[in-house]
Amino acid sequence: MSGQSQRLNVVPTVTMLGVMKSRLVGATRGHALLKKKSDALTVQFRQILKKIVTTKESMGEVMKTSSFALTEAKYVAGENIKHIVLENVQNASLKVRSRQENVAGVKLPKFEYFTEGETKNDLTGLARGGQQVQLCRAAYVKAIELLVELASLQTSFLTLDEAIKTTNRRVNALENVVKPRLENTITYIKGELDELEREDFFRLKKIQGYKKREIERQLAAAKQFAEEQFTDKVSLQKGISFDSAHNFLSAAAVNKDEDIIF
Amino acid sequence: MAGRAQIRTNNSALIAMIADEDTITGFLLAGVGNVDLRRKTNYLIVDSKTTVKAIEDAFKEFTTKEDIAIVLISQYVANMIRFLVDSYNKPIPAILEIPSKDHPYDPAHDSILSRVKNLFSAESVASGRR
Repeated sequence: MSGQSQRLNVVPTVTMLGVMKSRLVGATRGHALLKKKSDALTVQFRQILKKIVTTKESMGEVMKTSSFALTEAKYVAGENIKHIVLENVQNASLKVRSRQENVAGVKLPKFEYFTEGETKNDLTGLARGGQQVQLCRAAYVKAIELLVELASLQTSFLTLDEAIKTTNRRVNALENVVKPRLENTITYIKGELDELEREDFFRLKKIQGYKKREIERQLAAAKQFAEEQFTDKVSLQKGISFDSAHNFLSAAAVNKDEDIIF
Repeated sequence: MAGRAQIRTNNSALIAMIADEDTITGFLLAGVGNVDLRRKTNYLIVDSKTTVKAIEDAFKEFTTKEDIAIVLISQYVANMIRFLVDSYNKPIPAILEIPSKDHPYDPAHDSILSRVKNLFSAESVASGRR
């Protein structure tokens, strides 16, 4: 199962081997780059983590002082101040602006607050307790400042968390799925090519042996032919063939030639 | 990164609030309050008569509105709609749980801080060993 599913379905050719090798190189480089990105993000993430914890802790303190300032203002200006404040709401004078910061290709939002236009509560507490009301206002603006900072940290935290997760997933996928698969494919192709080469070699050997035998046989035939020719020639030179010699002898035997002893 | 929600670069966004009356008053004094043309406010005052349904609706409205960058929510209010706050996972608007005057702040309930603490404690243990 691991052998079949762990490689790509390709035709084992030299071209494909080249393609696979270049893909493996690409995957290795991508893996290294993504790993670096993940490291960079983690560094940033840790810094943000520390900042979040300290800011959250100081938030409690700041909220406490601002609540206390409100209580002071209420005490001086009377309980009805909150009705005045609630009635006076029209347009926000304190707003948030967001911009992006780029950390290793991940866009992190950064919030910053700014005041716009006149505050409608300028006259609040004019009758009494004006200073306390302004102090309270300043305290809450400070709280907002801190909260806005915290919000950007928190948003960065969430975004980075997500980005780190995706990056790590990619790193792991490259390392554990893509690269082994490519390597398996390359070994498969190499094995197939070796097999083909061996087959070729064997075939060549066989052909060579066959040819050798053929040549030997032809040589032998030629030799025999040459010998036969040679004997023919010799008998022709003597002017008499073996056959005629035989006939001569047998004829002599029949005729009882006295010159022939045997 | 096509799947990820785009982060808007907004030049002026609002801060929405769901909290008790005193906290709201304080922030309104600082000038965060906004009333739009349809007399809709960007804050919700939670008192003993406010229903959980109203808080849920306000939370959903604030988190889907385009011109809101941060939602401040008192922790005891957040505890009432904890399931909504915990299931919220978009970066913008950012949800911030703030302590309120009558209820002590408990970092264990904070959805973000619990995650942070989770990671941080493991990390500080690791760094403490060095």
